[in-house]
Amino acid sequence: MTGERPVDLAAIIESFAGAVENLGAAHGICAFAVPPEQIVDFCRFLKEHPALEFNFLSDICGVDHHPETPRFETVYHLYSLKNKWRVRIKCRLGDPPHIPSVTGVWRTANWHEREAWDMYGIRFEGHPDLRRIYMWEGFEGFPQRKDFPLRGYKDKLNPFGAEGPPPTQADLATRDIPQGGR
Amino acid sequence: MTEVTELMRPEGEALNTKEVLLNLGPQHPSTHGVLRLVLQLDGEYVERVDPHIGYLHRGTEKLAESFTYTQIFPLTDRLDYLCPPSNNLAFALAVEKLLGIEAPIRAQYIRVMMAELARISGHLLITGALPMDLGAMTALLYAMREREMIMDLLEMITGARMHTSYCRVGGVREDLPDGFLPKIREFCEIFPSRIRDYERLIENNRVFLSRTQGVGVISATDAIDLGLSGPNLRASGVDWDIRRDEPYEIYDRLDFNVITREEGDCYARWLCRVDEMRESIRLIEQCIEQMPEGPFQVDIPTIAFPVDKERVHCSMEALIQHFDLSAYGFDVPKGEVYSVIEAPKGELGFYIISDGSPKPFRMKVRAPSFVNLQALFGVTKARYLADMIAVLGSLDPVMAEVDK
Repeated sequence: MTGERPVDLAAIIESFAGAVENLGAAHGICAFAVPPEQIVDFCRFLKEHPALEFNFLSDICGVDHHPETPRFETVYHLYSLKNKWRVRIKCRLGDPPHIPSVTGVWRTANWHEREAWDMYGIRFEGHPDLRRIYMWEGFEGFPQRKDFPLRGYKDKLNPFGAEGPPPTQADLATRDIPQGGR
Repeated sequence: MTEVTELMRPEGEALNTKEVLLNLGPQHPSTHGVLRLVLQLDGEYVERVDPHIGYLHRGTEKLAESFTYTQIFPLTDRLDYLCPPSNNLAFALAVEKLLGIEAPIRAQYIRVMMAELARISGHLLITGALPMDLGAMTALLYAMREREMIMDLLEMITGARMHTSYCRVGGVREDLPDGFLPKIREFCEIFPSRIRDYERLIENNRVFLSRTQGVGVISATDAIDLGLSGPNLRASGVDWDIRRDEPYEIYDRLDFNVITREEGDCYARWLCRVDEMRESIRLIEQCIEQMPEGPFQVDIPTIAFPVDKERVHCSMEALIQHFDLSAYGFDVPKGEVYSVIEAPKGELGFYIISDGSPKPFRMKVRAPSFVNLQALFGVTKARYLADMIAVLGSLDPVMAEVDK
């Protein structure tokens, strides 16, 4: 990443009809924030704009900013194979988090979104098959949330876990659980 | 297919067909690790594939949030365990960007050389394993013989064969050992002829060709849409290599070709990897030639251990810094970075959010195998079950990286 960007990238993106906030560039990547309800339109805009062509979705990442509010965030990293540019899109989400799915724009979003659902409980509306991907069926809670103990909860299979009954999804959001582990 | 069934059906008898669910794995020799595939079969045709992953999930990203940056290196080793040096490199680069430092030139050459050795080691396995999945055992045994040479080289540099953990933030752990250069020159001399051996074993093998040519074709548009990267994407005719297009370390000083093929089938993916090994050898040779003398670590006592241990014994300040660094790690400025490298499997990216403490607030690994494996959905529709094994093998997923 050379950090070289065309001067007009921000200008083009600001021509998008929605509410885009320019977060500036750091380490060679420009970042933009959009409200979650505009994410699909914005992604499609970036993908189809003839001067941009961000046609490659690198990554979708969930983030938990506990105890800040809004608590959750999804971060999208796009790449333009034609122009060799990268861009980062960020969406802050409330609790419980939900955001429209971008599987209609890129098929590769499918597993990335399943992972974010599995780890953070971010619900992607319109996802064709939103199931857990790493954890087993019937697992309770979302393990990468900041209030989920590192070693999990104590049960008969996990004698080293943190004390306390396995939480239900509803009280995960409200209860303050100490950071377990090391 | 339907025509054949029509012919074979006894006169006047209704054929009782029903779809079968078949469970492949999680323990199966051709799934390359613990991958479970639930297949919906219509006769020999695969109607739908549903990969179940997560059997090897170790929670790397969650663990990383409670580790200091130096402690994370061993975790990255275990992502794509066939080529740990490139994973180490990707992580080190991300942290160095956050810190705003760069490794000394010699360290950069060493790292690139290691990453290319790792690429050969990763590609060697798939060069042998794909024919093995399709019934030709011999190639794997030859490939393993050469892989052993690479293992020996890695052991010589790092002391470990598999999980090298050789990179550090700001350099590498140790300088190259005495007597290493003749060894690697010998390897560079021998290896190209060995690549020729694999080709001679495989390229005219009619069984291998008929099982891979024209099988699992992924068009360029599909490949981009599915997020394929690395040799899998280049085999579909997309000319993209991060080493050339977003050069990191000293790749811009090296001369190499980006291998692409147009066909997009299993055979093209296999050939791409074979040719990439040749390019890697060229890269290693250039690294050895150009490698300057000099330090192998940055001289910043708060980030890297002093090369000259005497300093710690004689100076109070150096002692304190040494203690701080070993006990608490180093603070990384607040910020976020997404840093990518061209790993053997494709785009390996580390997205790190730092809150200014010695541990990352969030570390996301963009694992190429995870994304590549997903393509199995797209290409195996209405294909024979046996072809699906070829497709899976040619996509070359490493389950440890898929499951993180």
